Amino acid sequence: MASLRDIKSRITATQKMGKITKAMQMVSASKMSRAEQNAKAFVPYMDKIQEVTASIALGSKDATHPMLTTRPVKKTGYLVITSDRGLAGSYNSNILRQVFQTVKERHKSNDEFAIIAVGRVGRDFFKKNGMNVVLDIVGLPDQPNFAEIKDIASKTVGMFSDGTLDEIHIYYSHYVNAIRQDVTEKKLLPLTDISSSNKLTSYEFEPSAEEILEVLLPQYAESLIYGSLLDSKASEHAARMTAMSSATDNANEIIRALSLSYNRARQAAITQEITEIVGGAAALE
Amino acid sequence: MKTIKVSVVTPDGPVYESDVEMVSVKAESGELGILPGHIPMVAPLQISAVRLKNGGKTEFVAVSGGLLEVRPEQVSILAQAAEVSEDIDVERALKAKERAEQRLREQKQDNIDFRRAELALQRAINRINVAGK
Repeated sequence: MASLRDIKSRITATQKMGKITKAMQMVSASKMSRAEQNAKAFVPYMDKIQEVTASIALGSKDATHPMLTTRPVKKTGYLVITSDRGLAGSYNSNILRQVFQTVKERHKSNDEFAIIAVGRVGRDFFKKNGMNVVLDIVGLPDQPNFAEIKDIASKTVGMFSDGTLDEIHIYYSHYVNAIRQDVTEKKLLPLTDISSSNKLTSYEFEPSAEEILEVLLPQYAESLIYGSLLDSKASEHAARMTAMSSATDNANEIIRALSLSYNRARQAAITQEITEIVGGAAALE
Repeated sequence: MKTIKVSVVTPDGPVYESDVEMVSVKAESGELGILPGHIPMVAPLQISAVRLKNGGKTEFVAVSGGLLEVRPEQVSILAQAAEVSEDIDVERALKAKERAEQRLREQKQDNIDFRRAELALQRAINRINVAGK
């Protein structure tokens, strides 16, 4: 049986760990609510740009643009959004597992696809597995603003425009609520599944539909990336909050069990001491 | 006088929302003035100031490009960045201007970075101009 001092030190260690996980949980909770707000602030922009894009792309048949047309796929790009840090439960592994399986199913060789990794965990995973990581971005802030991700977004869209990639899929974790996040796959480019719930308006174009698409479509694709990033940031903090909350619960459970055995050991030691004293006194009589 | 609803939205949230009598913008093809009841129209914008006239007052919003969408009862401006003149951080814009000028001196003309620096310079100058109004 472990000595009193051993148990005591284990209790203290667990208590300290519990304090840390509790603090991390609280930090994540506040970051999550901020991230949620950011994601909400983005909705009006996304709705509007989607509506206009749909009106133009679906409304005028003669308007064509390379980003709207499907071409034979020689190389597929996967934009995978993960976090920079771990301790977020199954947040990263869920995404990575799904991407890994999809890639194995769809492609025979590593030359058929390329990975664009956002987040350190994802980058390291794909590099370790010998996959072709063409672009990686690490160290994104917790509350990214559009200017900060503009660079990644335009590079990704650029890879499609210049023909390096013929198709781009995006994988991220969609924030449903604080305890539920779903791994989501979206086809980013070409933009074939544009739809709008609102009634389509027929617009006058100044100067022409083509020139407007030239401006609008890259902006639309970049917005999709930004939207997914905001969504996955909210998920990341939510996942970390849940993970840390269960870690805190586990720590408390361990402390409870250890305190019980500590008290039992202490009781046993006292009992033994009394028996020894009584025995010693009896021997003297 | 009749008014039209105007909203300027960016990825970081709505920037401006109000009813105004007239909107004037600088589109890629030239200056445009929009009054209530305009036919539906879409036009790309230059890095410029959007002027919003209401009751003799004029408000300015700096936009870094983007898109103008007009409907008879509403005007929306979709920009990747936009600021109302009071909200502009002049110091930051001045620094951005210096940085861009520095880069323009160093880069060769046919470089992509040169083009980016030019755009950055335009945005900075636009912000400084709008903030001064």
